[in-house]
Amino acid sequence: MLNLTSNIISKIQNAEILLIGCSAGGFNLVYELVASLPAKFPLPVIVIIHRSRKYKSSMEDLLDSKSRIQVKLSEDKENVKKGCVYFAPPDYHLLLEPEGCFSLDSSEPVLFSRPSIDVTFKSVADVYNDKVIAMLLSGANEDGADGLCYIHDKGGLVIVQDPDSAEVRRMPEAALTRCKGGLVLNNPDIFTFLKSIATNRK
Amino acid sequence: MQEFTNTETISFEQLDELVLWINKIHGFNFTGYSRASLKRRVTRIMELRGLSLFDLKSLLVNDFNFLEEFIIEITVNVTEMFRDPTFYRALREKVLPYLASFQRIKVWNAGCSTGEELYSFAILLSLEKLYNRAFLYGTDINTYVLDIAKKGIYDLKQMKVYSENYMATGATGTLADFYTAEYDAASINHSLKKNTLFSVHNLVSDGVFNEFQLISCRNVLIYFNVELQKQVLNLFYESLCPFGFLCLGAKESMRDLDLLKKFKIVDKTENIYQKIA
Repeated sequence: MLNLTSNIISKIQNAEILLIGCSAGGFNLVYELVASLPAKFPLPVIVIIHRSRKYKSSMEDLLDSKSRIQVKLSEDKENVKKGCVYFAPPDYHLLLEPEGCFSLDSSEPVLFSRPSIDVTFKSVADVYNDKVIAMLLSGANEDGADGLCYIHDKGGLVIVQDPDSAEVRRMPEAALTRCKGGLVLNNPDIFTFLKSIATNRK
Repeated sequence: MQEFTNTETISFEQLDELVLWINKIHGFNFTGYSRASLKRRVTRIMELRGLSLFDLKSLLVNDFNFLEEFIIEITVNVTEMFRDPTFYRALREKVLPYLASFQRIKVWNAGCSTGEELYSFAILLSLEKLYNRAFLYGTDINTYVLDIAKKGIYDLKQMKVYSENYMATGATGTLADFYTAEYDAASINHSLKKNTLFSVHNLVSDGVFNEFQLISCRNVLIYFNVELQKQVLNLFYESLCPFGFLCLGAKESMRDLDLLKKFKIVDKTENIYQKIA
């Protein structure tokens, strides 16, 4: 059973955006998490997944048809709105402008990754400061650890998938080594946590 | 590129002030640039060189050579030969047959960086036996990358990825037909360089300089805000001949309705447009 402290609940109530980052082994979980969201989930959601640019991915289209909430690839200079889940397009970094719209960026990969979880996490934190909830799930490299530390230092809420329940434990493990003070959740608790966002923000 | 610290190096307010400074002192106007991207690039320079904001400002004021380095670092110069093979396939199938009907084919590659895309165009034109009628202009604000583009000598290691891209375009032959390998470098064939010109042009402040049958500006507009994007798209419109083609990046679709009225969409996913009004 997931017991949230009053400090965490107040962070949930304060939050204005939810970020999810993952790589190898995280696809299925992200799929199920997004599919579980209600149509009127109270926060905009940004998902950063590492994937090859060589193959056209229809994950967003598939999820959009299977989910109650709208799911799409984020577009350059598109305004971020709640009630929508935005995926970072393959082969671009995804940045957030202080005016509240996305910018795509095709500069060098970071830790061999483009999109990079670190890049988006930091960019969003620069705009939303402590009003960020960020989740890091399964993955086979160390992307995301820096970004989580950055969000944590700005007062945002940081959640790491329990490495024991991750398909590939390297990414959550690296995050836990570098970023102390994150909330560690197993898979069922991650679902419960997302539900608690919806209830605590009504 | 490695992301460094966990604390904010420069705030948006400080960045805006820096942008004003650079414009006042050097006449380079970055106010229309994407602030999120600019902030990341400036952060990177400060962290790589261990500069405080004060250090950065004093270098920008007192050291004119530093400005050149600064511009190299804050502009994104990542490019590939035949990046997005599906784009080149669409270009060959949908645009080149039409271009063949023009007597002269003038191509403008705006924001050409180190030239890989311009030479990809040159190869495509040469494969269709159009190169001798063509002239390709590559422009950028950054003189350093233009020097590399003029030489047309690239790291041989990168040619592996470029060759895969080339194959994926469905073109005949291999990329190796168009360069000479020597030690660890690949030098683009001289025959592909003769009808090219690389020169400085700033999309923010410089205007129309010729009339073109094809303009390509890919993965440049994403670094601009919506107003500057519109201004630059208008510059391209003015620079195109009637029925000339405009190629934008895969994620840079034209959304301004007034502009869209003047173009026909040739390929929706590859963002290829033709001027019709």
